[in-house]
Amino acid sequence: MQTNVLHPNFSDVWSRDSVFLERDRWQARLEAVTPSDVECALTAAPGIYRPERLLALIAPAAQTYLEQMATIAHRLTVQRFGKTISLYAPLYVSSYCCNQCVYCGFNCSNQYERCRLSVEDAVEEARIIHHEGFQDLLLVSSEDREFITVDYLCELAHRLRGMFSTLSLEIHQLETQEYARLFEAGIDGVTLYQETYDPDVYARYHVKGPKADFQRRLLACDSFGAAGMRKLGLGFLLGLTDWRLETLALGMHGHYLMKQYWRSQISFSFPRLRPANEVQAQQFDHLVSDQDLVQMLLALRLCFADAGLIISTRECARFRDALVPLGITKMSAGSKTNPGGYGHKDGSLEQFAIDDARTPSQVADMLRQQGMEPVWKDWDSGFHPQ
Amino acid sequence: MEPLRIAGRTFESRLLLGTGKFSSHALMAEALAQSGADIVTVALRRVDIENENDDMLSVIDRDKYLLLPNTSGARDAGEAVRLARLARAATDIEWVKLEVTPDPYYLLPDPIETLKAADILVKEGFVVLPYINADPVLAKRLEEVGTATVMPLASPIGSNRGLQTRAAIEIIIEQANVPVVVDAGLGLPSHAADAMEMGADAVLVNTAIATASDPIAMAEAFNLAVQAGRKAYLSGPGAVGRQASASSPLTGFLRE
Repeated sequence: MQTNVLHPNFSDVWSRDSVFLERDRWQARLEAVTPSDVECALTAAPGIYRPERLLALIAPAAQTYLEQMATIAHRLTVQRFGKTISLYAPLYVSSYCCNQCVYCGFNCSNQYERCRLSVEDAVEEARIIHHEGFQDLLLVSSEDREFITVDYLCELAHRLRGMFSTLSLEIHQLETQEYARLFEAGIDGVTLYQETYDPDVYARYHVKGPKADFQRRLLACDSFGAAGMRKLGLGFLLGLTDWRLETLALGMHGHYLMKQYWRSQISFSFPRLRPANEVQAQQFDHLVSDQDLVQMLLALRLCFADAGLIISTRECARFRDALVPLGITKMSAGSKTNPGGYGHKDGSLEQFAIDDARTPSQVADMLRQQGMEPVWKDWDSGFHPQ
Repeated sequence: MEPLRIAGRTFESRLLLGTGKFSSHALMAEALAQSGADIVTVALRRVDIENENDDMLSVIDRDKYLLLPNTSGARDAGEAVRLARLARAATDIEWVKLEVTPDPYYLLPDPIETLKAADILVKEGFVVLPYINADPVLAKRLEEVGTATVMPLASPIGSNRGLQTRAAIEIIIEQANVPVVVDAGLGLPSHAADAMEMGADAVLVNTAIATASDPIAMAEAFNLAVQAGRKAYLSGPGAVGRQASASSPLTGFLRE
């Protein structure tokens, strides 16, 4: 386990320097950014994080510099990642949930028929995904602790390792020892969104269940970082509160993780609130526009040259296509967000509605037309002890 | 020009090519042809090495090029050794470009793990070409365990920054008994020529070619630069001085 006496965990960093503890001060700093501050941030060597730099690039004053930012982001991404985009697919294994998160279709207070996949059923689903060409599989679940146990996931990982070169997780928060067991079983990445870095907003949207503990959530990335996971995925849900403040917190979190778990690669995702079962996106006060999302993505690229930037099928085809040259490194394609969705057409409940219904091969064709090589395999199961 | 010799094999070209970052496999194959390279590295993580119909492998003519699998992505000696063994078991290729890069951002090689892995792989009969930081002592230690080359970096991989480690690479070249292949960070043909003029035996280039607007033309430019640099090195360039040296030295009268 890697430890650091200066920063035992992110909570410690956070308690000294939280954006949301001094919301007004940070808001004022964002408003005070001038065009010359933005130009200064653009002329420095690109790709290196400094809090002031991220602040300048996400400020309202930077809105008129998006084209320049995009040009630099494109060049930097091509240099670091090449003319390639990796493709992955999510596999939902359960929609049973003990949490009441206001924005989510799997919210435990919503009444509907839920679904969970046995290991055998999950392998069947995975086989369909594998036949579409995918080598990179993301296992996704709601917080269904009775059924989606570490043993279940280890068994599933063992069954899937021959089919996929890399397996990662996006499920409820676990402890370091549990993540370490999963890493040994062949899972090498974990994505877990903070949802929001604002404790008050967090409390409002996470009404009930284990996930309602904000402080515990803050430590999640430390838990899987310390377990040796190679890929650490982070993000917040775009739409719960001011995206600019959230992005400052996200940058701080990402930078901390890069230094603390220096053998692991971080990636950022950009989940915008989507309509879902009993969730109307319009009910949220801080919906993020296309332009704002682009600004956020570009600013993060200009501060984190080597971070993965991931776009899911939450976004529509047209917008996804336009994001390809702006710094994106990885996309999902042909996704189903309901357990059993690949094999059965009966339509169990989705976590959220997807907005790009193209098949994986259509997405790959689109990438080729843009002069990008779609990458299906970027890891090898040979890295894991057999 | 005399060929490059590595582990008893000879190669016409002193330019090695990496296969990552190209916008398509077809374009990569074309650039490869123009580069004149004989040795081409592929990341085991990116290809299905057992499958001859793998998208990338299928465009590389194995009769023409030596396929050099690399262990890119390995974080420690154990992972690198495991990958190399799997690749050899699947293909009978005994050559491996050893990369142990625990830090995913600058991909700098871990000297301790690299030495450990090299020792194991050499004992198992592999021809090992290790990617290293420009560390002359490490280069000698690797040579002692029996690696076929040393491959010091010019600057962080993919950075296109050129020969930032010049002073250390000069020492490595001076001390080495195995070919020195300057790897990583060469961003322009002039950087490659520079390394060859210093006396490097070969260079390895990927990003600078793959991410150029015209990778095929850039591959040819590197090919020419490597040849020019080698020829210049063999031609014994004149000494570099701050002052102009007169063609009639002050003591010329003594010979009159």
